[in-house]
Amino acid sequence: MKILVCVSNVPDTTTKITFSSDNTQFNTAGVQYILNPYDEIALARAIELSEGGKGTVTVINVGEASAEPTIRKALAIGADDAVRVNAAPRDAYFVSYQIAEYAKTNGFDLILTGRESIDYNGSQVGAMIGEFLDLPSTSIIKKLDADGTSASLEREIEGGKEVIKVDFPFVASCAEGVAEPKIPNMRGIMSARTKPLQVIEALDIEQLVTFKSYTTPAPRGSVTMLSSDETEKLVNLLHTEAKVI
Amino acid sequence: MSVLVYVENADGKFKKSTYEVVSYAKSVAVLLNTELIAISIGDVGKDELTSLGKFGAAKVLNVNNDKLKSFVIQAYASVITNAANKENSDILILANSFSGKGLAPRIAVKLQAGLADSAVDLPKIENNSFTVKKTAFSGKAFAMVEFNSAKKVIALNPNSYQVNESPVEATIEDFNPEINNSDLRIEVTNVVRATDKIALPDAELVVSAGRGLKGPENWNIIEELADVLGAATACSKPVSDAGWRPHEEHVGQTGIAVSPNLYIAVGISGAIQHLAGVSSSKTIVVINKDPEAPFFKVADYGIVGDAFEVVPKLTEAIKAYKSHS
Ligand SMILES: Cc1cc2nc3c(=O)[nH]c(=O)nc-3n(C[C@H](O)[C@H](O)[C@H](O)COP(=O)(O)OP(=O)(O)OC[C@H]3O[C@@H](n4cnc5c(N)ncnc54)[C@H](O)[C@@H]3O)c2cc1C
Ligand SMILES: Nc1ncnc2c1ncn2[C@@H]1O[C@H](COP(=O)(O)O)[C@@H](O)[C@H]1O
Repeated sequence: MKILVCVSNVPDTTTKITFSSDNTQFNTAGVQYILNPYDEIALARAIELSEGGKGTVTVINVGEASAEPTIRKALAIGADDAVRVNAAPRDAYFVSYQIAEYAKTNGFDLILTGRESIDYNGSQVGAMIGEFLDLPSTSIIKKLDADGTSASLEREIEGGKEVIKVDFPFVASCAEGVAEPKIPNMRGIMSARTKPLQVIEALDIEQLVTFKSYTTPAPRGSVTMLSSDETEKLVNLLHTEAKVI
Repeated sequence: MSVLVYVENADGKFKKSTYEVVSYAKSVAVLLNTELIAISIGDVGKDELTSLGKFGAAKVLNVNNDKLKSFVIQAYASVITNAANKENSDILILANSFSGKGLAPRIAVKLQAGLADSAVDLPKIENNSFTVKKTAFSGKAFAMVEFNSAKKVIALNPNSYQVNESPVEATIEDFNPEINNSDLRIEVTNVVRATDKIALPDAELVVSAGRGLKGPENWNIIEELADVLGAATACSKPVSDAGWRPHEEHVGQTGIAVSPNLYIAVGISGAIQHLAGVSSSKTIVVINKDPEAPFFKVADYGIVGDAFEVVPKLTEAIKAYKSHS
């Protein structure tokens, strides 16, 4: 079983999000970058599925050299080797195209992504890779079992789930439930330094969207504090003032 | 040129989020001075399809094909793309629902269209520029996405656009494109839908609780409050991590992002990762025994008190309000 896991390098979840004074750039100064939390889940499941000589796990990132600590972390967690497509990840279309082209020449049974990246939250990359490669794709899966040739998945739908059967190869976007993230151990960290990390150049593709500018939500008005006896008053305010009930 | 909207159904019925998307798409069609066409896939009755006219759809393409009984992303994406080509639609609009997230990127690639996911507002169209506002950084910011492509796909977030009536007479047209077998490589073997529960992503009212509830056995007070309100239930991450509540209730930066009209947070401290997923709620009520809990800083109404005392009282107060309104 050859598994490809797509990993993105994203601002830590505690990051205070700010932008340049003209609001066109995300301020990266002082921002700590991490392996996207959903990608940790996808990676953990890939490692479980390949354990005991059942397969190999390659991680791929479309990013600049600054993403390498995150890629090394994925290797420390247990991926066998890594690929970095050397380019700023300008949008999902660009990123997916690079990954699809790499996958085309290297042949994988399973391509896993996270459900979304926590910076742009597009949930786009997995499905786009599927389309570029003409493979089935499933968004937001919560369970993934695979034997050597096919898999059984659970996909989240509004208010429920679907159970899906699919033959290799396919693309799936992983969310919580698929696996528990793994913490790298000392041996993993040591071996990550010497595991292969191949850097390849990006291919050209047209740009269909541009992130033009950013804003942050308007601060909320001040809070109205009530005592624990004033639940009736709260209901009244929710009705007359907030008009939500 | 036309605007095409994909109308998602659940068991043959349209949901509020579908009417939101149609209302939004109608407004876009008006901005562009063109007509709105809807495409429905599945076994949906004539009355239900005709009801789309109320929100401005002049024509409804009705795809009812045995091969599309279950939701197979690839096949649905091909059918919708087919419809867009047939109707000469430069703009396709759909919901940023779990299904929409699976469809939109595939359709965008097929159409060579740019995609604005998680849209929260109508496009701004000026001279040659067409931009759409979307949420980014898990609700901590918004980004303006500018399209460089002639064709455009927009996926609208639930609860981001008001349902508006704009009645026209809708004609229903059967649409039966050929379904390619290579699009049917996924088999849906079972669908489990909790019909008695309100789905969290498109709920208008949400009651959410955190570690302050102490244990899963105490959730009855949360469920009762949700029940009398007609609200969905949600929880913080440690609560679902501990298995007190199912994963699909976990909201926040690494869970579901919600934007209901009312979010009631009980015994949740208000960590930045939690707030990321809930801060676009219209009204936030916080109940916490610690007056210093960070959640109060982003609340509209706050009660400092013990959840076990305040929540049942609030439930009673709402019952009383409902009984004489
Ligand atoms: C990478 C990462 C991602 C994360 N993503 C998310 C996410 O998506 N969503 C999320 O929720 N968290 C997320 N977290 C976790 C987050 O940082 C917090 O740890 C979490 O939100 C805290 O949950 P809580 O408020 O339920 O618990 P606590 O922080 O323990 O707060 C419990 C609160 O209950 C109050 N309380 C106690 N007893 C009572 C009582 N009897 N009555 C009333 N109030 C009471 C306390 O005063 C306290 O404020 C993430 C963390 C990391 C590192
Ligand atoms: N730059 C990138 N390099 C590799 N994989 C990525 C990159 N960006 C996103 N992905 C993958 O695609 C998933 C969905 O990302 P997105 O479409 O940006 O929400 C992520 O969870 C990753 O698995």
